[in-house]
Amino acid sequence: MKKYARIILIGLALTTSVLSKASGNAHAEEEKPFDATSHAIHHALDAYEIHLTDNFSIPLPVILWTDNGLVTFMSSAFHHDDEGHLLVERNGMNFAKIHGKIYQVDAGAEHIAFDADNHPTNAHKVTLDFSLTKNVTTMFLVAILLLVIFIRSAKKYNGGKPVAPSGIARWTEPGIVFVQDIAKENIEGDKYKKFTPFLLTLFFFILFGNILGLIPFISNPNMTGSISVTLTLAVITFIIQMANSKGAFWSHILMPPGVPKALYIILVPIEIAGIFIKPAALTIRLFANITAGHIIVVSLISIIFVNKSAAWAGLSVPMTLFISVLELLVAFLQAYIFTMLAALYIGSSVEEAHH
Amino acid sequence: MEVMEFSKLGLAAIGAGLAVIGAGIGIGKIGGSALEAMARQPELTGKIQTVMIIAAALVEGIALFGVVVALLQG
Amino acid sequence: MDLVTPAVGQIFWAGTIFIILLFLLKKFAWKPMLTAVNEREESIKASIELAEKTKAEMEAMKAENEDLLKEARVERDKMIREASETSKKLIEEAKTEGKAQQNKIVAEAQRVINSEKAAAIAELKTQVASLSLEIAEKVIKGELASSDKQKALAEQIANDISLN
Repeated sequence: MKKYARIILIGLALTTSVLSKASGNAHAEEEKPFDATSHAIHHALDAYEIHLTDNFSIPLPVILWTDNGLVTFMSSAFHHDDEGHLLVERNGMNFAKIHGKIYQVDAGAEHIAFDADNHPTNAHKVTLDFSLTKNVTTMFLVAILLLVIFIRSAKKYNGGKPVAPSGIARWTEPGIVFVQDIAKENIEGDKYKKFTPFLLTLFFFILFGNILGLIPFISNPNMTGSISVTLTLAVITFIIQMANSKGAFWSHILMPPGVPKALYIILVPIEIAGIFIKPAALTIRLFANITAGHIIVVSLISIIFVNKSAAWAGLSVPMTLFISVLELLVAFLQAYIFTMLAALYIGSSVEEAHH
Repeated sequence: MEVMEFSKLGLAAIGAGLAVIGAGIGIGKIGGSALEAMARQPELTGKIQTVMIIAAALVEGIALFGVVVALLQG
Repeated sequence: MDLVTPAVGQIFWAGTIFIILLFLLKKFAWKPMLTAVNEREESIKASIELAEKTKAEMEAMKAENEDLLKEARVERDKMIREASETSKKLIEEAKTEGKAQQNKIVAEAQRVINSEKAAAIAELKTQVASLSLEIAEKVIKGELASSDKQKALAEQIANDISLN
């Protein structure tokens, strides 16, 4: 009974937070119909601030590398402007934020002019934008969490003594053994020892990122649902795989065994493409899984606003709860899959010839 | 313009739906076969489960390419 | 579209953070933890092996004890049997010896009796002979008291002789 009470309480909390937002929106945009798609996409995107409520958000530092050198200021300088109305002047350059991206306004322009497709004509996007955005902040948070948790767990072993786990190590050790087993299963012989630290870091980085994205009220950072992050992780995996590849791996690709020579013309390009498709698939699998989860949650909540009735919360909140629990499974599963496939790819490239 | 937008969204939705059908069939087959295999050889459950999850994730990855294409429209 | 466009800044930070994190965790967390976990695994394996070995040794010892016990039992049985045999033999020997002794005594007694008997008989014979001689003397003395009777006897003797 206590369990159910807790679930109902969480549901109520979700509903009230959503309803307060609904009333706020209703005043602001009386005429416009609620645009669930852009809301969901916007939620899944990176941002220059951590949006907690409509009235309160944490500003984050903006760091830009421009033609005139490094420019830094806090994102609060934009005052929540996302349409390019407000220009921020730094180092003699004007910057504006349009649809979640920072633009450098061309010299001499006072206002930003837009073309028919709503793209600015006299400003260009800042490419070398090293701002500590929501996702970057989350990455730092994950890194700090990992360092604190795992260094504290490591201390429980008194510098590598074979003692039984105590305290926090009781929670972390099964995870470590789990990842080590993934490495052992996929990388032959004793070579797995070399790659276990990488796989451990990969697994826990993804897992913590996934789980942080599921915690409500902290702006649901979509770190592992950012294609930049997943791409980076896949590329690092790819580099490690290539740097450790053995002759057997390449001979397998360039001379597939048990295949007539005539088929080489078709098979070899496919195999070579496969080398690059694998990290691409890794990138997209994690990105799409996590982003899809976030979009589904926002879409389900949006049911209430699309229909403009709080009564729809009766449908929307239980479904959101269900999807959130499912996402908890996905958070774990995707971390596992990414790590396992990384181990599999590394394992295939370090394999010695034994045919 | 409105109609264009709508049809674009509609086509993206149909594409995503088709991808989901394919993934559904694929994952369903994987799950069914895994269940049969586990029923036949319960001692190999752990191993079958791992392989099942990998295969399901690979199929899902393909379906998510469809989702990404749909997102490209957004 | 924005969702699937990688951003330079995020890639830069993700790469930097991940690589630094990898090195820090590898040095301060994974190495000690993995060493501890694997060493513990080894020690547990060794302990189990030792326990197995000890168990086998105990088993062997138990079997040995059992063997010893069995041997002792057999030995004891044998000893008992031997003792009973010996006692039987002793009794038997004593019996035979006793019998032989007895026989000897009886034989001796018989021999003594026989010799006594023979001596008695011999004495009796002499006695009888002397007695009969005396009687004969007395008879003859009475018979030959007259000359007629002497003459008749002489004649008879002479007759007997001539007949021969």
